[in-house]
Amino acid sequence: MSSSTIDTVPAKNSEPLPWSLWFRQIRAIFRLEIEKNFLGRRSILLYLLALLPVGPLLLLAPFTPPGREWQDFTQYNMIFAIYYGGLILRTVVFFGCAWIFMNLFRGDIIDRSLHFYFLSPVRREVLVVGKYLSGLATSMILFTATTVIAMLLLYLPHFPSESSRFFFDGPGMTQLLTYAGITMLACVGYGAFFLVVGLFFRNPIIPAILLYGWEWLNFLLPPLLKKISVIHYLNSLVPVPVSEGPFAVVAEPTPAWIAVPSLVIVTLLVLILASYRIRHMEVRYGSD
Amino acid sequence: MSETTTKLETDQIALRAARAEAPDAQMIVFNNVSKFYGEILGVNRVSLEIAPGITSLVGPNGAGKSTLMNLMTGLLRPSRGTITVLGIPTDNPEKLFRKLGYCTQFDSFPRGLTGREFIKSFLLVHGFARKKADELTETALERVSLTEAANRKIAGYSKGMRQRIRLAQAIAHQPAALILDEPLNGLDPMVRAETIALFRKLAADGLHLIISSHILHEVDTMSDRVILLNNGYVVAEGNIHGVRDEMEEHPMQILIRCDQPSKLAARVFDKDHVVEARLHDDRLGLFVRTRDADRFYLLLNEVVAEGAINIESVAPVDDDLSAVYSYLIGSEGSSA
Repeated sequence: MSSSTIDTVPAKNSEPLPWSLWFRQIRAIFRLEIEKNFLGRRSILLYLLALLPVGPLLLLAPFTPPGREWQDFTQYNMIFAIYYGGLILRTVVFFGCAWIFMNLFRGDIIDRSLHFYFLSPVRREVLVVGKYLSGLATSMILFTATTVIAMLLLYLPHFPSESSRFFFDGPGMTQLLTYAGITMLACVGYGAFFLVVGLFFRNPIIPAILLYGWEWLNFLLPPLLKKISVIHYLNSLVPVPVSEGPFAVVAEPTPAWIAVPSLVIVTLLVLILASYRIRHMEVRYGSD
Repeated sequence: MSETTTKLETDQIALRAARAEAPDAQMIVFNNVSKFYGEILGVNRVSLEIAPGITSLVGPNGAGKSTLMNLMTGLLRPSRGTITVLGIPTDNPEKLFRKLGYCTQFDSFPRGLTGREFIKSFLLVHGFARKKADELTETALERVSLTEAANRKIAGYSKGMRQRIRLAQAIAHQPAALILDEPLNGLDPMVRAETIALFRKLAADGLHLIISSHILHEVDTMSDRVILLNNGYVVAEGNIHGVRDEMEEHPMQILIRCDQPSKLAARVFDKDHVVEARLHDDRLGLFVRTRDADRFYLLLNEVVAEGAINIESVAPVDDDLSAVYSYLIGSEGSSA
């Protein structure tokens, strides 16, 4: 028997790389993983996380809460900026990405099903890319939707006509798209980090908590150390800057043209590290 | 259908031609392979050349059978030595798993898939086009008689069905070598017989089949050769009768059914290669232990020719895998 009916990897260095085969394999891995991410039992926690910022805003939608800032439409910019930075970005996206990306490989190891990938004629790097893209799609879809819905739910129920002008004639739409873009970028950065954490640590919770602390305490760090974090680059991009308090060490925000490529480059380096790890990985479920 | 058949036939011819040109590429070769888990020994100094046909790995739990299989498939990496499967190093999964299928012992599956989705999904991961993946899926399901249950979730399958769907997944891409870790576990007798017949057919097609099994009589009947493992070492390998012949420290035991066993005992006992002659409990047979079975059979020919003793049957008693296993590995594993 033979399986010579599909392209195989090049036998000689002079032959072109089998890109079309790799794309097909990435697509197949992506499909399998995306189904698991959205429909698996582990997805319940994700849906709850994604709904976390939406729930309180839904409850507040029928009435305007007391408090001066809630009566003043111009304050809504700041309310959302704080809500986004504190709850959506630092909590929902962070832990959501941790859950999705750490489980991409760790979940398969726990379920004892990783070997099915390892027993397929797939470059391990292709497997990393397929899984990472599936995690990225899942997190981006869920958390970008959360970001957009949360922003709309904050503005529209309380000041419908002002909000309408804000979004269609003012800076609202740009802000909305910027927040959505930051959420996506956060998924890219945190995703790569947590993918690697899931590969290197048997119990990835501890490094995740350490990173969480590092990201929260970022405002206290000296400018140089601030740059060794994801949140610094994301904060540099927010359309409405939020004061970090009297103890914050002020650092110049990184311009978008540096922040975005930096995050992407670091992500690529981390994915190369993940590929190296997965290339040398053995399947020994008992010891995992 | 005819196009598929033609393609497969063409592939077969090409495969055989390639093998004829490069005989080394037909073998699974272990070159002084050791595997340690920290300080714990997995297998040690294994050197083997496994030819096409059915080869069984036999040994007690912890002997190193699964380790050897996982090394062959690159799921584990050797601490020392090298392994090639059909000329391909095991650290090259992109090439290796075009030719190799592995049915592991892990009784777990990706969640939520039906049998058909499971097979097809991983054929797509192989890189097959959708239509070809559909064809291969149906062929594999038919081969393991699971077509009717293919649209049910694997989570609802019985143990035997899960075993068969794993087998289907291992053979779906039509590999040239197939490694099967305890493939008969959990199968009912009917399916077990069908599965063994399938293995024989695959071997007759020129495939390598490496099978580990605890059921010695089945291994004995279906294997072309065996590899006996104990405590991480290969204690014997080859054709089972050849292995038995080489065990000089355990003389071959032969039962001769005849009308005058006492007279036969007296006739054979003075020969230097006969170490024991014992009457059967029913006194209609004689157990003989001999260091040289060939010379003993020649002696029996003489006895028959003399016509004084009427010999009804001659049968080796311990020329099978169970006996070899118990001599080489001990009674602890003989029931395995």
